[in-house]
Amino acid sequence: MQTNIILAGVGGQGILSIAYVIDNAALDAGFHFKQAEVHGMAQRGGAVQSHLRYGDGPIHSDLVPTGRADLVLSVEPLEVMRYWHYLSPDGWVVASVTPYVNIPDYPELDGLIENLAEFGRVVLVDSSLIARAAGNLRAQNMVVVGAAAPLLHFPDSTLEKYVEMLFAGKGQKTVDVNIRAFRLGRAAGLFFRGLVDGGLSIPDAVRLCRKIDPATVDPAHGPAWAAAIHGDRQLLEQVLAGESTVPCDRVAAPA
Amino acid sequence: MQREVLLGDEAVGLGAIHAGLSGVYGYPGTPSTEIFEFVEQRTAGSGGVHAFWSTNEKVAYEEALGMSWAGKRALVCMKHVGLNVAADAFMNSAVTGTNGGLVLAVADDPGMHSSQNEQDSRVYAQFALIPCFEPRDQQECYDMMIEAFDLSEELALPVMVRLVTRLAHSRSGVATREPRPQNALHPTREIRKWTLLPSNARVQYRHLIDKQPELLRRAENSVHNRLTLAGRRGVIACGIANNYFLENVDDGHDLSVLSLAQYPVPAGRIRRLVEHVDDLLVLEDGYPVVENMVRGLFGLDGVRIRGRMTGEVPRTGELNPDLVRSALELPPHATAHQPSPSLAGRPPALCKGCPHTDTFRALNEALSEFENPQVFSDIGCYTLAAFPPLEAIHSCVAMGASIGMAAGAAHAGYRPAVAAIGDSTFSHGGITPLLSAVQQGVNLKVIVLDNGTVGMTGTQRSMSTGDALDHIILGAGVAPEHLRIIEPTPANHAANVQILRDELAWDGTSVIIARRTCLEAIKRKAS
Repeated sequence: MQTNIILAGVGGQGILSIAYVIDNAALDAGFHFKQAEVHGMAQRGGAVQSHLRYGDGPIHSDLVPTGRADLVLSVEPLEVMRYWHYLSPDGWVVASVTPYVNIPDYPELDGLIENLAEFGRVVLVDSSLIARAAGNLRAQNMVVVGAAAPLLHFPDSTLEKYVEMLFAGKGQKTVDVNIRAFRLGRAAGLFFRGLVDGGLSIPDAVRLCRKIDPATVDPAHGPAWAAAIHGDRQLLEQVLAGESTVPCDRVAAPA
Repeated sequence: MQREVLLGDEAVGLGAIHAGLSGVYGYPGTPSTEIFEFVEQRTAGSGGVHAFWSTNEKVAYEEALGMSWAGKRALVCMKHVGLNVAADAFMNSAVTGTNGGLVLAVADDPGMHSSQNEQDSRVYAQFALIPCFEPRDQQECYDMMIEAFDLSEELALPVMVRLVTRLAHSRSGVATREPRPQNALHPTREIRKWTLLPSNARVQYRHLIDKQPELLRRAENSVHNRLTLAGRRGVIACGIANNYFLENVDDGHDLSVLSLAQYPVPAGRIRRLVEHVDDLLVLEDGYPVVENMVRGLFGLDGVRIRGRMTGEVPRTGELNPDLVRSALELPPHATAHQPSPSLAGRPPALCKGCPHTDTFRALNEALSEFENPQVFSDIGCYTLAAFPPLEAIHSCVAMGASIGMAAGAAHAGYRPAVAAIGDSTFSHGGITPLLSAVQQGVNLKVIVLDNGTVGMTGTQRSMSTGDALDHIILGAGVAPEHLRIIEPTPANHAANVQILRDELAWDGTSVIIARRTCLEAIKRKAS
């Protein structure tokens, strides 16, 4: 078994913190791993990426070869496209749909989401919405790790252990916020997949997720939402037109 | 046995600590900075290891050499271009030889992620006639440091450990050993050896030459230089290139392989390989050092030698598994998507609210009355002012070069001659050219961007900031009325422009200090 991940984002978004959590989980699991990162000039608001590889046999190259990545994990939608040639034909994309706009020619968001939707094997979460619900906008990186957790090879408890260790120096409140961000991100990712696997289009799933209170998201309701919208298209329009978010259990999972 | 998650740089630092290190020296520079920082943090409070950033790489090297002279083990670390600064002391330390172990860890930057060139430090090791290790992975970074210190003391020579960016900044699990105690203080008594008057230097240089067969014997017998003879196609893979090679071949491949990680180049092993194959691919992350040695001026009869010089591997840039795959003539892997051709770029930029931005806005306005003014600049965050929207600087060559180059341009009659340099770069390499300029009364305007830290490499301590900086500048002979201090803020913009205009109008050497603390440094201090 070998897993190759490209972590992507913008300098300052906490890519190296994501790497810390997965690196240590890999070491904890007794895996071999290598993780190459970018320091120095690019960290000043530039595009930042990290190549992370783990497996039960020796890892040779510190860099993931083109076409060999199992996962592109990005805290930002545009940055996925900078690295998607690394993805193997059956690779996954896990990304935030919260754009980080620090350049004048940032593309239009809906078009970006259409591009990402091409993949099919994609998990999209609105990291800013979820991080805010968790208690701090800066926790967006942990939201994305949470969303990717089901695709990694570690128990959630191991990942959470290293989220905790990462933020332990900053006090219990910061630890709690980041653990919550991780859990909400995980739930949001699974819920999103539930919608898509239930037949909702990826852009519709993104739009719907933005309208559901992140603190209430329960993956078990995903298929029910998909089925309900399938039966009554107006439900989606109704929720999207609403002023505020709705609780996830507005459409209940079958008991 | 303990295992730790370590960057290549950190593994170098930990290896040095466990080898009984007494002092670490260096000047910050990507991708080498984390070596020093790791040793500093890991040994903090124990009082056992001297760790204080030096003013520049030459000073660092000399301090390390002094610690070696005193019988203790010293690590000196720098980026590749830093070794140019330290080269005088470095080259001559091979001639004096060492007492306590002296290891130079130098991090090259193939592909120029954060550098002005991609010079290959293995050439320097060859030039100085000293041994060099080139670790392939983080574990070897750790292990080879311990070996390098031992070898340095055995041979009484400095030893180089050469990293590349990709290893310096890549993490993996590293198994560690029991730390060794430090050496006792035992200063050398061999005065002639350390006093390189020509009569002594000739003797010492002879000694250095006489040691060469032993260096070669070590490399020939090194467990790190692994030769496997198989089919008629051969590969030499140096350091990290070996990983890219292994990434692309199955266990059952039929290639004859020499994996190299200890220099001087083991000629005997290469001869055995060359005599066995008729096609030889040389893979190196850096210059085609080994490739050119094997080929010589005229090539080898009956062996096709391929690599960076023949185009199978690009002549410039960082090596990677894809380039090696193509050089091995293997088909590319299928991918989920083609690379995006027209994606909006996201270049690095100065932080929002950065004091440098305010300084350059004021400078741009003050210079706007000159026709096509150009500003000589230096190396630091402020180099980013070359990009839009500021486009305020027009050169970046070497640490401290802004002042010397502006002075030279002024000698030629260029007006206005303006240099922009950070406070730490100024202490590194700007003081001596300023002294020269003052002595000559050059019409030169030096802007010192004093943000109180070494910003680009992670807010390390600056040697000359605040009052200390003012005193150095006045001590260099700048007239007190032409040392101007401004606070670069949007509110002070008009006043700052006026001060710059006043100084631009004066025919002499002025220094304008733009003083405001780096935002990143403030943030780090708070956290």
